[in-house]
Amino acid sequence: MLINWFRFASPVSFYPIAGRWSFAFGALAAVLAGAGLVVGLWIAPTDATQGDAYRIIFIHVPTAWMAMFIYLVMAAWSALALGFNTRLSAMMAQALAPTGALMAGLALWTGAFWGRPTWGTYWAWDARMTSTLILLFLYLGVIALRSAIEEPRRADRACAVLALVGAVNVPIIYFSVQWWNTLHQGSSISLTAAPKMAMTMLAGILIMTAAAWCYTIAIVLSRVQAIIVERERGAGWLESLIEWRAGSEH
Amino acid sequence: MSEFFAMGGYAWYVWMAYGAAALAIVVEIVTVRARRKRAFDELRMSLEPPRPRSMPHARGAR
Repeated sequence: MLINWFRFASPVSFYPIAGRWSFAFGALAAVLAGAGLVVGLWIAPTDATQGDAYRIIFIHVPTAWMAMFIYLVMAAWSALALGFNTRLSAMMAQALAPTGALMAGLALWTGAFWGRPTWGTYWAWDARMTSTLILLFLYLGVIALRSAIEEPRRADRACAVLALVGAVNVPIIYFSVQWWNTLHQGSSISLTAAPKMAMTMLAGILIMTAAAWCYTIAIVLSRVQAIIVERERGAGWLESLIEWRAGSEH
Repeated sequence: MSEFFAMGGYAWYVWMAYGAAALAIVVEIVTVRARRKRAFDELRMSLEPPRPRSMPHARGAR
């Protein structure tokens, strides 16, 4: 299979590709989320010690994973943007930040509503919770920094540096439960050990995680389309896009 | 059915978590679509040919 990867590097040829992939991944996300909710809310058994409160796991774990992973992807696009000075890489980093912030916010929010019935508190200055809060602030910092700088290319570089420096926080979150013995429990899912939970619970988490992945891809590609149109205004090729959009956009 | 919504007594916690997630996703989809529409509207406006300028000084001038 031969793919011309340079096609993906320029906004003009990437725009229609982004539209098609966004639609496909969005549809996939809806199907997976529907299946994941059925498994998580109906099929998975009630937990022996936590009752039905544990069902928050099907939102909490996928959003927490995505919050960390999106940050790494954003940092990687930022590194590409700094290294090769490519416009589309910076636009991808720009498009990822709001969804990353949303995932980090949801991980904290769902964690609070899970912590209250099981630990007796909505919030504690636990190592993992605090480092995840810092992750949310890093996302908000990247977004605020961009809106504070008038010139887009200058904003690209400043945001890329902040994103890369902040990436040090992601391994801190990931290993926090091993390094510091505070409130948050260790990881419940391991690739090396036998699962500590019912198969249907594990299946629910994995399906919801796949749904979160597909949703993230879909919404970020859709946002990058808006960013392309905002930032490439004045480039001649956008005129033809209006006609194309009228014919094929959903 | 009401047993399902009761979530074994944990309804407040479970539905606050799921509800917030659903709301956040809906809000994000709506704002991204609005942003794309706005970007296209502004592009379309910037492409329209500039209107011929009226020249008020030309009328009264002798």
